[in-house]
Parts: sequence; C-alpha cells; structure tokens
Amino acid sequence: MCLGIPGRIESISDASAKLAVVDVLGVRREVNIACVAPDGGPLEDCVGSWVLVHVGFAMSRIDEEEARLTLELLHALGEAQAEAAALREGARA
Amino acid sequence: MKFIDEFRDPGHARALVRDIGATLERLGATAERPVQIMEVCGGHTHAIFRYALKDLLPASLEFVHGPGCPVCVLPMGRVDDCIAIARQPGVIFTTFGDAMRVPGSAMSLLQARAEGADVRMVYSPLDALAIARANPGREVVFFGLGFETTMPSTALTVLEAERQGVANFSLFCNHITITPTLRALLDTPDLNIDGFIGPGHVAMVIGSEPFDFIARDYGRPVVVSGFEPNDILQSLWMILRQLERGEAAVESQYARLVRPGGNPAALEAIARVFEAREFFEWRGLGSIDASGVRMREAYARFDAERRFAMPNLAVTDPAECQCGEVLKGLIKPSQCRVFGGRCRPETPLGALMVSSEGACAAYYQYARPDAEAAA
Amino acid sequence: MSPPETLPARWQGKTITLAHGAGGRAMRELITELVRPVFENPLLAPLEDQARIDPAVLDGGQLAFTTDSYVVSPLAFAGGDIGRLAVCGTVNDLAVGGARPLYLSCGLILEEGLPLETLFEVLRSMRRAADEASVSIVTGDTKVVGRGSGDQVFINTAGIGAIPPGRATGPAQVRAGDRLVVNGTLGDHGIAVLAARNELALQIPVESDSAPLNGLVEAMFAAAPQLRWLRDATRGGLATIANEFAQEGGFGLLLDELALPVRDPVRGACEILGLDPLYLANEGKLAAIVPAAQCEALLAAMRAHPLGREACAVGEVREASPGRVAVRSRFGGERILDLLLGEQLPRIC
Repeated sequence: MCLGIPGRIESISDASAKLAVVDVLGVRREVNIACVAPDGGPLEDCVGSWVLVHVGFAMSRIDEEEARLTLELLHALGEAQAEAAALREGARA
Repeated sequence: MKFIDEFRDPGHARALVRDIGATLERLGATAERPVQIMEVCGGHTHAIFRYALKDLLPASLEFVHGPGCPVCVLPMGRVDDCIAIARQPGVIFTTFGDAMRVPGSAMSLLQARAEGADVRMVYSPLDALAIARANPGREVVFFGLGFETTMPSTALTVLEAERQGVANFSLFCNHITITPTLRALLDTPDLNIDGFIGPGHVAMVIGSEPFDFIARDYGRPVVVSGFEPNDILQSLWMILRQLERGEAAVESQYARLVRPGGNPAALEAIARVFEAREFFEWRGLGSIDASGVRMREAYARFDAERRFAMPNLAVTDPAECQCGEVLKGLIKPSQCRVFGGRCRPETPLGALMVSSEGACAAYYQYARPDAEAAA
Repeated sequence: MSPPETLPARWQGKTITLAHGAGGRAMRELITELVRPVFENPLLAPLEDQARIDPAVLDGGQLAFTTDSYVVSPLAFAGGDIGRLAVCGTVNDLAVGGARPLYLSCGLILEEGLPLETLFEVLRSMRRAADEASVSIVTGDTKVVGRGSGDQVFINTAGIGAIPPGRATGPAQVRAGDRLVVNGTLGDHGIAVLAARNELALQIPVESDSAPLNGLVEAMFAAAPQLRWLRDATRGGLATIANEFAQEGGFGLLLDELALPVRDPVRGACEILGLDPLYLANEGKLAAIVPAAQCEALLAAMRAHPLGREACAVGEVREASPGRVAVRSRFGGERILDLLLGEQLPRIC
C-alpha cells in the first residue's frame, strides 16, 4: 500500500474538516491535511508546502533540504568516479 | 515532476550501479553465491520491475521480493466476508480499486458487482464518507486494507464520521502491520537474506526506529527507501557498504520524508481508533501473532465487523503453492511448480500472483522468459 | 439548406417515448423533422430503406467496410461526446486501412425518457464530426428501449471507404528495423472521460483527443508511400495496439520509455491513481509502422498537420522476441509490456 505522490498545497478549502486543495502536475484534488497541519498554528501556514499524498491524505511534508542533500550525494558520487577514471587514464598515459 | 524526476536521473543511476558492482566484487559475491536483498514493500517490487533494475545490476545481486503487498496477503476468507457484506440489502460497499479483482473462494468483488451488489471504487476513504453523507438511507461500508501507511487515512476518516455525526458509515478493518511478519520471517531457520530495503511509506508513518530489531537482534542491515528507481539503487548501495564494513544498522535513504519517530499526528490517530489483534491470518504465510489491528470498543458503531453478519471462515491456501519459499528467497517465482501454468494473473492460485505488486505477478507481467510468452 | 442550430420549439422539453421507436407517426416525425435535417444530404434525403451509391465513388480502388458501436458514460466530456466518438471512431477504422472514408450509417438505440435536447446535441455533434471528416451519414435506424434497459443513447455506425490502388498495409510488409510512430500524446481521452465521471473527485485539465484522422492519414501516405501498417490506438491504448501488431505480425517491438509522449495532467492523474498511460484509451491517435528510411519524412509531414503536431517515433520492430512488446527504460533495461487482463483499475499500492 505504498503509492504516494508529491503534491503542493494550493489553498485551504475547509478549515473545520482540515481539507486543502493539492496540485499534482495541474491535477487538483481535495485532501485532508490533519497529519501535516502545524500544531496549534493556522492551517494557512501549510499553503505552498510540498507534501506526500496517499489516498486523499497529505501524509508528511517533504523536506526540500533533505531532498537536495540526497541529490548532492549522488552527484558527488558520479564526480568522484569521473575523477578516479581520469586519474587512471592519466596514469596509463 | 518535482521530487520524482530528479530521482530517475540515468547519470546518477549509472554512478550507483558502478559502485554497487565494485562493492559486490570486493564482497566476493558471484552469480552462484549472490548477495540476496529483500525489498519488503510491494511498491518497491513494482518499481524494480517497472524500471528493469535487474538488467542494470550484476547477477551477483538478487532481489528477494517480500511480503509487503497487502492485497496479496489478504486471505480468501476475508474477501468472502467483503462479498457477504456487499450483498446485504441497502449496503454500498466501497473499496480501493486494488481489491476488486482479488479472488475469494467463490468470486471477486468485481464479479459480485456484476451480479448486482453495489460495489464502488473510491480513491480515498474520505470519498466513501462523502457517499455515506449523500445516501443517508443506505449503509456505506469502506474496506480498509493496507499497512501502517494507510491506517492514518482510515482512522482519520472514522474520526471525521464521528465529528460529522455520520451514522451510516462503517469500516471493515483489515489493516496489518509489517514488523511482526518480518520477525516471523527472520525466525525461519533457512532464511537466505543478507539485508533489507525497508518500506519508506510505512516508515514515514511509524518512523525508522521500529525496524531497529532487524539490525540489533538479527544482524541484518536495513535501509528505509524511497520508491523512485534511484532511491532503490542508493538503498542497495548503502546496504552493501554496511555489509562490506561488517555492520548491521538501520539507515534511512528517504530522509526527505521519513523522520526517526514517524509522524506523531498520524500515530495518534491510529492509536485512538485501532488496537492490536491477538493474531491475523496472512495468505501464503499463515497466522502471525499481533500482525493486524481492529477497531477499539469506543468506535464499535463504526466497525463493520460488529455491525454486519459475515461468514468469517478461514479458507486454506492450495497445497501446491510455494509462496512461502519464494518469500524466504529459497526459490524464484519461475521455479514454483505452478508458476505460469495453473497459477497465472488471470487465475491466481497463490498469494503472490494476486496483485500486480505481488512478486510472482510482477515477474510474470514484466520479466518472464520468452518461452513463457508463447504459452 | 444548412442543418438547424436549435431544437424546433415543438420538441423542446420533450423526451423519447416508446412510441418513437414503434414505427408509427411519432417515429416518422422524429426521423423526418429531427434526424434528417441535422444529417441532411442528397443520399439520405429520399429516406428509402437503403442508401443507393454509385460504385464510381471507389475510383478504381478497393471497398473498405467497417462497423463499431459506441457506449460511453457520461455522454459528454471535455473535448467530445458520444456523437463525435461515433463518427470519428468509424472514420478512423477506415482511414488506418488506407481507405478514404465516404459514407456512414447511424443506428440509434435510445432509452425511454431521453431528453430530445440531448439527442439533438448528439446528432449535431455527429454532423460536425462528419463535416470535419468530409463524410456523409446516408442511412440509419432508430430503436427505443424501455427505461432501465439502456443508458440514454447507444450508437452504432458502419462506414464504407475506398482504398486507392497501390496502397497495401499489413503484417506482411513489416521488416526488422522499421520504426513505430504515433501522432501525439497518449491517454488524453481515457483521462478526460475519467475526469468527467468525477467518481474519483479529481479536477484534471485535459480534453479528449477525439478527432477524424483521415486527413492526417492522407498526408502520411503522401510523405511515406511505403507505410507498412497502421492501427488506431483506441481501447487498451498504445500498449494493446503494439501487442496486436507484434502478435499478428510475428515480430518483436521495442518501445522507448523516454520517447512516449504524455501530457502533464495525464501523467499527474496516472501517478495519483497508479495507472499506466500506455493502456489508456485514445480516440484520435494512431500508431504506424514505417521503413526507417522514410521515418523522418513521415514525421515532418505529420507535424505539419494539425492532428500530428506532436508526432514522434516511439519504438522499433525487431526480430528478437517475436510476438512480444518490451519497453526500454530510461536506464537501458527492458520490461515486458503485456496485454491487460481487463480494464485498468485505479490502485493505491
């Protein structure tokens, strides 16, 4: 039961039921944001954040900084391999 | 598509595959004695086949497809119960599309609908609640199935039904929990698994800590993983690094969504509505202690199990099925004696052929050898 | 006389009754005053039991003949309705055989209680599509079924066309190395209908691609006279058509994941619902197999046509794995693209 899709919270549609409109590539759907709502704070604070949507519920906020770090690590891995390959080429030449 | 396309970058995949290959060599893994990694979640199984990841990786690494497909492990008796509820006069039975084709002992929900039962597919349990509001004269039952990923959504829907005073809505709770089943698997003496790709969306709810026992008590590395192809490759790479260093720890590759303690609001909703069952029956694996949840007494009026008569009979799996051996990594799907013969996606005998996320169904659909295509 | 734009006042607010199908005066009035004026053309005008056609229209070519029935719920959706489908579908079935579509029939099965406004709009939509395709609806039939025995309107259309001498398409022409091309984005129709049903409460900004493809096909034959084989990718989508090609032709097909054109909202809806756009229905898309040497010329001609602007090559014929379709992933691995068991259902796992 794992299908979860990143979407961006566009607006709050029903604060009492904790419902918001989420956009996924132009597709809009009303979702429940109880799991990502700020503790005690206004629901409006969620607008603009990226969340993982599963069966009509925003299950977790996406940590953009962590996503960036993961990609940076993968990028660095590729770079390190390229450098190592260049060194081997250099040693052979 | 943000947070998806970046994790499907072929350049990153190539870098990971190169490093994975080198590590496997250093580990002395061969095609005859491969490193075996279990991906616990059916979503991972699906992605592995969809992106043909096996074609990229050396034969010295093998995936063992785990039990994390809730549709597959749903016992036939439970499907029979669904159909019994759906056929009662005045009932609208709502379900995720996944469950429509799962065979019960006599028929599936799809067939029950064809015979006149009012069975409706919904995207969200909230849509089932909306159907209940729109049909006050009918009883609307939602078929709740899935692991911890899906539990908060049904728990919150029950809480909404209570808040809105919707009396004609109930939940048929078939939620299951993954960790007792992993423990049961790890307790099998002939288990042949070197490390685990942990279920990212379950961990998003319950955190990565509940998987600690796998490293601590059984000495196997676990990496909680996202579902994009590079997420899976990176998780493999992290597991292999642990194996190389002789470590066994729980790590998270999916830090963009998983926090060590999970999601407190989601966990609170689960704890309010659900409690552990003594045991739950898994298709293909048998009864496992404390592996399912039911609704608490306080929510009895929303509990379809208490409100509707149903047969509640156990239906045994066909004896010739070898699902258990596939799940333990002892044989591959195609080595099962009924794979592709009497057990095929259109007529599944075993649990793993039931849903497209099941190991055997994914193997049949995406990767069966040429000879079987002609059959 | 041009077709009427509004339903005559005396029909407004009325519904179909069993009398409209009983062969008496009510039926005659319905046909002469509502159906005929909308479809109006010289061959239909006499209202004989058959349309009489001069064989000279074949112009020395081969007669192509096809039929298809149309049921869709809801009747109208963004970008089309059942009337448009009923004309375009049959026109396209003729066109992908290399035929120039000429004449269509229209069999209507109406459910008692259908508002005449709805029927009028469906008929007008058929006429507009027929004009786009330059075909005439020259004969027809009307039946009425009791309430609950149908779903508002079912339509059957049959069509005839002429295949010009020298055009021969089919499996025998296909060679390894040939390219598979499509004329645009996949799955628009399937998602537009799903959005119109609104059962899944998704707002999806996408329109059905429903369109007559005969003009495009003419441009394709002009640019690539050796077009090997064409089919329209309707129910079951490109995946199903590709499997039909491979199985009936006894060759393998390898599709390229990165080349497959899908609009953003269709992709978004597919990600949310766990659907594969390759299996979604299209109503204005064709797949064609063409010799590699003519592929670029073909694509250029397609892109110059309004219905082929997003045309692209998506795969290749190969000798290996006969009867089987595979998709090469962005990483270079291959997976089988199988026929589906039944309808694709939304999933959450």
